[in-house]
Amino acid sequence: MKELLLGNEAVAQGLYEAGVKVVSSYPGTPSTEITEAASKFDEIFCEWAPNEKVAAEVAAGASFGGARSFCGMKHVGLNVAADPLFTMSYIGVNGGMVFGVADDPGLHSSQNEQDSRNYAIAAKLPMLEPSDSAECRDFTKLAYSLSEDFDTPVMLRLTTRVSHSRSIVEPGQRQELALKPYIKNPAKNVMLPAFAKPKHVSVEERTKKLAAWAETCEINKIEDNHSKTGVICAGIVYQYAKEALGDTVSYLKLGMVNPLPAELIKKFAATVDKLYVIEELDDVIETFCRKNGIAVMGKDVFPRCGEFSQHVIRRCMLHTEPETLAVQEDVPVRPPVMCCGCPHRGLFFALKRAKVFVSGDIGCYTLGASAPLSAIDTCVCMGASVSGLHGFNKARGTESEKKSVAVIGDSTFIHSGITGLIDIAYNRSNSVVIILDNSITGMTGHQQNPTTGYTIKGDPTSAVDLEALCKSIGIARVRVCDPYNLKETQAALKEELEADGPSVIISRRPCALLKYVKHKPSLVVKEEKCVGCRACLSIGCPAISMKNGKASIDRTQCVGCGVCTSLCAKGAITTEEAKA
Amino acid sequence: MNQVKSVMIVGVGGQGTLLASRVLGSAMLSCGADVKVSEVHGMSQRGGSVVTYVRYGDKVYSPIIEKGEADILLAFEALEAARFLPWLKTDGTVVVNTQQIDPIPVVTGSAVYPENVIKSVQAQGAKVVAFNALKLAEQAGSVKAVNIVLIGAAAKRLSIDKQVWIDTIKATVPAKFVDMNLKAFELGYGAQESELGD
Repeated sequence: MKELLLGNEAVAQGLYEAGVKVVSSYPGTPSTEITEAASKFDEIFCEWAPNEKVAAEVAAGASFGGARSFCGMKHVGLNVAADPLFTMSYIGVNGGMVFGVADDPGLHSSQNEQDSRNYAIAAKLPMLEPSDSAECRDFTKLAYSLSEDFDTPVMLRLTTRVSHSRSIVEPGQRQELALKPYIKNPAKNVMLPAFAKPKHVSVEERTKKLAAWAETCEINKIEDNHSKTGVICAGIVYQYAKEALGDTVSYLKLGMVNPLPAELIKKFAATVDKLYVIEELDDVIETFCRKNGIAVMGKDVFPRCGEFSQHVIRRCMLHTEPETLAVQEDVPVRPPVMCCGCPHRGLFFALKRAKVFVSGDIGCYTLGASAPLSAIDTCVCMGASVSGLHGFNKARGTESEKKSVAVIGDSTFIHSGITGLIDIAYNRSNSVVIILDNSITGMTGHQQNPTTGYTIKGDPTSAVDLEALCKSIGIARVRVCDPYNLKETQAALKEELEADGPSVIISRRPCALLKYVKHKPSLVVKEEKCVGCRACLSIGCPAISMKNGKASIDRTQCVGCGVCTSLCAKGAITTEEAKA
Repeated sequence: MNQVKSVMIVGVGGQGTLLASRVLGSAMLSCGADVKVSEVHGMSQRGGSVVTYVRYGDKVYSPIIEKGEADILLAFEALEAARFLPWLKTDGTVVVNTQQIDPIPVVTGSAVYPENVIKSVQAQGAKVVAFNALKLAEQAGSVKAVNIVLIGAAAKRLSIDKQVWIDTIKATVPAKFVDMNLKAFELGYGAQESELGD
């Protein structure tokens, strides 16, 4: 039966059909739903790993063990997994192994716009790039046969619009595979220099063989529309190009983006007078063409930055602009905000009041950088808040230690904050690290993690004891505060900033969106008491606004967290009963 | 069906636009159309502007809708209709919930929610169907049914058998909410344009 599947769900369907046995990933938009969907199949062991490096190594281990395996991540997660990626390229596979990576052109939910195709080139790995959900399923299955035929991990590249678009897939049956035997083979699997040296040679030979395969494979195909203009493209860009240009041009659609087929491209180029390479982000295909003496137009016509669309292609090639209704000038922006009842709000308010340098990290709480809280100073990558604070304080000395903190979520702390905290303890800075423990991985849509006590399938499991962990690595001062209680939070902050030695504050309160979190009734404003001072607006709660000079609380949004009540000097914010 | 139709759903993160796009997409699929639905996940879901695209026809290539391409702009919130008006075809229709949700710059006083948003959308030359979907959702039994009310209003303007919509809703929402959502759909389907700003 035909189903409308997200590209990510279709990849999971492909994993199921290909007989994959082990999936290990770390959540990251836009890749998360691959693993969530895969976890619905009982035949697949699925897990959230602490980070992408661990996930890739788990998948590598499963491959050694003779099973087909997968690890999924977003583009920046691949940076974390790069270490196993490069060496697994030398080792190859026993059971087929696939790295799924989802890029985010247009930065819908990311800190940079890197192009993962460069990794495939650098690690000398084959990379497939589907353009819709049906291809997501098909290319995923193909990736496993390629992996085993050519003894190589295979990369599957997605982009946001492929991952998060639904299109039609007809799900198929699972291929049940027997576990491949494990045979001890140090020359293949132990990458000592003596073994790795000949392996590098065989990787180069493998790339040649893969390039030859790419020349004739079915997923690299010419669509000859008898046009004098040709377009080379891959992935979602193919869909944009078809939308913009229809059958007015001929196409070379590349399903495999590394290695590229030089002869096929030359053959295609010979049929047209004008040849465009249309690719989002970097000029990977274009550079390859130029290196092979094929004249193309690429980044001289199309942008390097941002997401493409049918409109971008029309504008760059046809120089047309759509007819539209006029834009209204005075539409205020609507940036994302912390939710009503978000436990991070109280903590960031306390930080703003304390006027400290805040070394930030990746998660919902990065929104603490936005007005009116405007509390975050830096945000680089997962874990950088902790190690970055240590460096900041080493540069600026003891006075800085009393005026600076790091903020990091529970999942991000497990991902790569622990090592930074060990550095703080070991190399002695009096840094204050605040773990925002909201009992879930929030930003990516509520995934379990090693601190929550549940697995991806919802089964109970051990939970990291954050207090004991921090103490065991040499942080003597560890305390917990409730960010709904501003007074307690502010006091904890003040004391830890003044204290000697490094410290950890665990700001603990579950995410307000979690199903088990019981909301309190909406708060109300006693209009006769409200003087319109706007103090309650300083926390940036979307439920509070000014109506006719008085504060007003939207009942449909307020969850009664009460942070605003402690800001009101007049006691004007209260519960319904108290008002009555 | 042949020609591709584009429905753009805009709103505020948390309003249920994703479910609405799935209902639309599934209804089109059961009519035998080629369908693509593009969703928004991640950071923008946290109370920001959200955009979802639904496209259907004989053969759909791009999953996204660009400026000047939407046949219907289904706006869950008034300001969002104004923001995304340039995405509407010049002869397209705006179906808009008159509910107003203040964005944070308005809440903090650094910006003003413009007056008569829907009237000015109309003044740009768009066909506008405006009504209070929140009120109808409350009438149906839950403020959370705003999305299904709006689906109802859009369905009225799409050439698909009503029963297909009803079957799709039954198959999409949890069993215990089916009756409430069907009521919401009917209220939306029958919604007449109310006094603007009502």
